[in-house]
Amino acid sequence: MDVQTLLVLLYVLVLASFVGFELIAKVPPTLHTPLMSGSNAISGITMVGAILASGPSPFMYNASKVLGLLALVLATINVVGGYAVTDRMLKMFKKKK
Amino acid sequence: MDKNIIIQLSYLVASILFILGIKMLGKPATARRGNTYSAVAMFIAVMATLLIQGVLSYTEIFVAILIGSAIGYYYAAKVEMTQMPEMVALFNGFGGAASVLVAGSEYWRISNEAHLQLNIVDGITIVLSIIIGAITFTGSVVAWAKLNGTISGKAIVYSGQHIINLLLFAIAVVASVLQIIYPDNDLYFFIIIAIALVLGILVVIPIGGADMPVVVSLLNSYSGIAACFTGFVLNNQVLIIAGALVGTSGIILTQIMCKAMNRSLINVLLGGFGQTSSSAPTTGKSDIQVKEVGVEEAAIIFDSASSVIIVPGYGMAVAQAQHAVREFADLLEKKGINVRFAIHPVAGRMPGHMNVLLAEANISYDKLIEMDMINNDFANTDVCLIIGANDVVNPAARNDASSPIYGMPILNADKSRTVIVLKRGMSAGYAGVENELFGYDNCLMLFGDAKSSVEKLVSEIKEL
Repeated sequence: MDVQTLLVLLYVLVLASFVGFELIAKVPPTLHTPLMSGSNAISGITMVGAILASGPSPFMYNASKVLGLLALVLATINVVGGYAVTDRMLKMFKKKK
Repeated sequence: MDKNIIIQLSYLVASILFILGIKMLGKPATARRGNTYSAVAMFIAVMATLLIQGVLSYTEIFVAILIGSAIGYYYAAKVEMTQMPEMVALFNGFGGAASVLVAGSEYWRISNEAHLQLNIVDGITIVLSIIIGAITFTGSVVAWAKLNGTISGKAIVYSGQHIINLLLFAIAVVASVLQIIYPDNDLYFFIIIAIALVLGILVVIPIGGADMPVVVSLLNSYSGIAACFTGFVLNNQVLIIAGALVGTSGIILTQIMCKAMNRSLINVLLGGFGQTSSSAPTTGKSDIQVKEVGVEEAAIIFDSASSVIIVPGYGMAVAQAQHAVREFADLLEKKGINVRFAIHPVAGRMPGHMNVLLAEANISYDKLIEMDMINNDFANTDVCLIIGANDVVNPAARNDASSPIYGMPILNADKSRTVIVLKRGMSAGYAGVENELFGYDNCLMLFGDAKSSVEKLVSEIKEL
């Protein structure tokens, strides 16, 4: 990676962090647990990285690919489990009339 | 259209949906839809990635995704709401481990393909990704084990703890620099991984149970930062944006938790809180005289009240008393008594823990009031019922400058006309300090298991 690309990525990081701070500071305490498990699921975005790492040349195993596939299993647990449990929780948040 | 443009546009759409999803998570009415948006974003990002040239081994990828989905879904469907902190901790760990593995995979690929050369930028991003990911992984596993009781939830301290941690950290930094200067030497690479894994364990071990909300929030943040660095390793924007959202969310929650305990993050991370003070007064020459109350008498007090505030704490979660509490609250409301719940920000083992348990028991979320909103109302309240909470209602935080919890914002439960405390015995709270509230004139103790006490109260009130 060259320095130019790095700078662009840094821009993305800084701006996304500002958006994050703005949005999350407003989340009420009632929703802190779902926020946490929901954002936990988002951190499973590493799935994308894992797919890239396990991508090349089918059934030609080397360390790089094995690590990638292992990462993919873990990240998928994180993503699917995280979204499913957050949905289960939020289903229960009701306001009685 | 060029395939690459489709992929990049999909990533853009995914990023927008992630941001909208988080925004909607901020309101109870839209939260569930927000979570769905975010899940759709993830789906789009994954699908787009599968289009990338060079991703060829679809069979293996689908098998891996299938295995991961099955495990994740199974766990999510069967986990108890009281176990949410453990589950989040464990999933954080998986996220961290995935980041380590991806960075490791990338390192291996670059250093083994003849035409590729690991440059400084790659080196730095890979090293950072590995360190943060590995600390997140083992730290989360320790937090998970502490939360579910596999290892003691108490703070584990030993002499030289901080010096050892600092030394290990220094070695990791040196190894990282050497790794970046001599990218072909795998030795440094393995040293970095090993030290980061050990550091994750050592950093969480000294932190005790009730400080876990801070730790879980912080590890949540780390798992996002780890994803972020993986984004730098792979030059992938959607990873950076999603990772940054998680990273900031964790940092904000960490700050809120620390503020609610009036302690700095450093103080929490250094650990050992409550250890020194609890060892001294355990022999218990307590000068606090408590007044016990029976179920019948307590029932009469509730029956003649017109307003009740319930303060739930970790003890309610342990006793699984939330459903009994709901029944109790419904019964009082039917009698025309105003019932509300006062929620301290650090009640339980993760941010918002009490809210989830009470939501599970089908209690309307507008009955759950934050500390700042309800603290002035205690003085006009007939009865305050404390269920398994201790330090968060200890007036020593206001009055006693020598107390370890002095300065911590607390619920003003002591100001209500009568306080009834459900408690197993007279043990001190997490901070290891005695609760002077229990000796107050307006405070009555109802000893026993929280769940059965509440159930007995319900049947007693019904008979009145």
